[in-house]
Amino acid sequence: MTSPHKPELVCPAGTPASLRVAVDSGADAVYCGLQNATNARNFPGLNLTPYELEKSIEYAHLNGTKVLIALNTFPPAGQFSLWSDAVDLAHSLNADAIIVADIGVANYAKSKYPDLRLHLSVQAGAPSIEAIKFYTEEFDVKRVVLPRILTIPEIKSLKQEISCEIECFIFGNHGLMAEGRCSLTNYATGLSTNMDGVCSPANFVNYRVDADQSLHTELNGFTIDCFSCTQNPGYPTICKGRYHVAHREDSYYAFEEPLSLNLASLLPDLISAGVDAFKIEGRQRSKAYTQSVVSSWRKAIDTALDHGAINMDHLLSLTEGNKQTLGAYETKRWR
Amino acid sequence: MNKGQNNLTIGPILFHWPAEQKRDFYFKIADESPVDTVYIGEVVCSKRSPFFEEYYDNVTDRLTRAGKKVILSSLSEVMVTRERKMTEELAQNEIYEVEANDSSALYHLRGRRHRIGQYYNTYNEETLKHLVLNGAYHVTLPAELPRESLIVLGSVAKQLGISLEVQISGRVGLAFSARCYHARSYGRVKDNCQFVCEHDPDGMSLKTLTGQNFLCINGIQTLSYNYLNLLPQIPELIDMGIDNFRISPHSSHTEIIIKAAHSVLQGSISGEEATSIIQSSIGDTPCFNGFYHHVAGHEWAEHNYQLSE
Amino acid sequence: MKILSRFFVDGYIHKAKLLKQLTRPIPLPLINYFLNFTLIKVVKKNSYLFNRLVGHHHKTFLIQITNLPFDLVLQPNPNSPHLYAKRKAVKFDADATISGSFLSLLGMIDGRFDGDALFFTRDLQIFGDTEAIVCLRNALDDMDKSLADEAASNFSPIGPYFLAMARRATKNNDIPS
Repeated sequence: MTSPHKPELVCPAGTPASLRVAVDSGADAVYCGLQNATNARNFPGLNLTPYELEKSIEYAHLNGTKVLIALNTFPPAGQFSLWSDAVDLAHSLNADAIIVADIGVANYAKSKYPDLRLHLSVQAGAPSIEAIKFYTEEFDVKRVVLPRILTIPEIKSLKQEISCEIECFIFGNHGLMAEGRCSLTNYATGLSTNMDGVCSPANFVNYRVDADQSLHTELNGFTIDCFSCTQNPGYPTICKGRYHVAHREDSYYAFEEPLSLNLASLLPDLISAGVDAFKIEGRQRSKAYTQSVVSSWRKAIDTALDHGAINMDHLLSLTEGNKQTLGAYETKRWR
Repeated sequence: MNKGQNNLTIGPILFHWPAEQKRDFYFKIADESPVDTVYIGEVVCSKRSPFFEEYYDNVTDRLTRAGKKVILSSLSEVMVTRERKMTEELAQNEIYEVEANDSSALYHLRGRRHRIGQYYNTYNEETLKHLVLNGAYHVTLPAELPRESLIVLGSVAKQLGISLEVQISGRVGLAFSARCYHARSYGRVKDNCQFVCEHDPDGMSLKTLTGQNFLCINGIQTLSYNYLNLLPQIPELIDMGIDNFRISPHSSHTEIIIKAAHSVLQGSISGEEATSIIQSSIGDTPCFNGFYHHVAGHEWAEHNYQLSE
Repeated sequence: MKILSRFFVDGYIHKAKLLKQLTRPIPLPLINYFLNFTLIKVVKKNSYLFNRLVGHHHKTFLIQITNLPFDLVLQPNPNSPHLYAKRKAVKFDADATISGSFLSLLGMIDGRFDGDALFFTRDLQIFGDTEAIVCLRNALDDMDKSLADEAASNFSPIGPYFLAMARRATKNNDIPS
């Protein structure tokens, strides 16, 4: 898709206006979804209608930007047509690629539209060489989005063994649970991450302020966290909550603290490891976020290619928890 | 109800029990239990495997001689070289069939007769058909699938002539991660975990800040706190075309649950009676069936469908 | 950070306090006239935004402006949208409430501040129907020109002047309290 030495900057677009902002801010590609369960950011009031998608693709292509359509959830039996219709639409609108996770969807796309480029979503949960090879050999996927759980040396050796391109997350909300394998939200609320494309859905969220001004965040009646008036609150995502276990007196972040990924300092290493594309997370975030983050990363990648120094700490204020992490990328000790 | 071919199965032991406890559990299953199929293997953490190595042959032998079908289950999360190698060796063994729980196992099993595990994302009929073309003849479906999807899959399975299985009892795996949450609770990481997961033979209970029972931690796996109970649904599952019923083992009461499930299969007790038996043996821990009824998973829904629906 | 910004924009703080003083005696009917006028103009030009609020058209949103003497009530019914001010003393039962300082809220509808970021730093609080608020946020975000720009342009030159002043006061994303 690009020359081996210039990685692509792949940016989120939750609305047509955000998409235009991402394009104008220097994205090489934007990714977006439809207003239904076919993508893993099926949030209320977000995403694009077919008409908006058509216009957005026109705008992006006019400006030399590619459009990737996320179809990365898992159709439950009996509802496959919603996903196959979405594949048909993506093809008819000349999308540059679709990002898939489900084997049935991948097979449908490959059989019907051999010329439609397939990217493998992080939702397919393929962190090993053999898992990736399964998808490249079965469905001819051209790019895999890697789970955020591999170190840079692991990415480097993976790149040498597989035939497709590699895309890595570099900024945004840090997902912890193995993607495509989480039914925590369904257990708590009845809506499924894998099938409905939601995670801690807003209609089950409640914010409750106590007499002492502490803020309780709840998901369908389960208390996920509690913030005193001096603490920065977060969204009640189950895996970012605080809980109790018998052998600890304190409550603690049992899974992960609300952190954002920011790999600015590892950018040169990632480029030399052979990463073909860098992905920014955040389709559900505002235009303000998109403009700030995309233009900063555009500059950072161009700077890194010129071997300059990069600092992106100014993006800290946009992150949940106002804290950032390098995740697993630097060291396995994260695990 | 077609009783002839309906099978009770024992899922892989998810927890880090002492090797002798596992061995004794399997011996008891072999000697006394009316189950048809036993899944063996380390599904959660590759670090645990070496502990049971020396007992494998003895256990599989005893189960086979008792007429139980033995299936080896593969790891759910395969990342590092050791895990990749483990999965490849498992897939290439020529003695027992393998149940694939991730795509790397599937990579090795393609073209050969194999099973698909419940941690593999077989959500719809198109995926099912593709997996069958690759050699899958028996698929255990993800626990979160609702009834209406099971009906469709059951019908397709009948047409394809393959078997379907669902978990009907025990805590349900809800998520996996690369990070070990057991180790984390003790301030450690996976590399220096000191096998703290052995302290919790049924998972480590995780409560909310307001004291609600919510989840359980088992190494890299997060499970429901509540116990799945689909025993009352056995007759309608059979009607749908699902003929294998998985009981996920726990450190106690598994024999009681097996007996109750067997009785439901025989038609000698009702679903309600089975529920009563299970609830009184697991005590305060609630049962749940929310996924099946397409409500919040953790809930227990009292809904008896007409078999003709 | 916040203490530093106070010194830099002290002139603005003065003006903000002045704004509060000035608005206190202003009769609500006059404020409501301008609000309604703005709403009609904006809605006419951007009617597609209601598509993102499907399922929430009948709901009421209370926008609590913590440092002004009145709050705003929004009813995004595409057939008859309403936006009006009410005195704080008057109790009101809304489906969803968004609470923040004038500059935080302005910065958000001006597309300069990210709503999530404001929430994380407690410059914004939300209560009630979270889904409705998320939809409203997504709807307002899907405008190429910010809502603040659109609104201000209806009162040229005063509107744009005031907006520019507010932008200067929060240039470094610091919100004076």
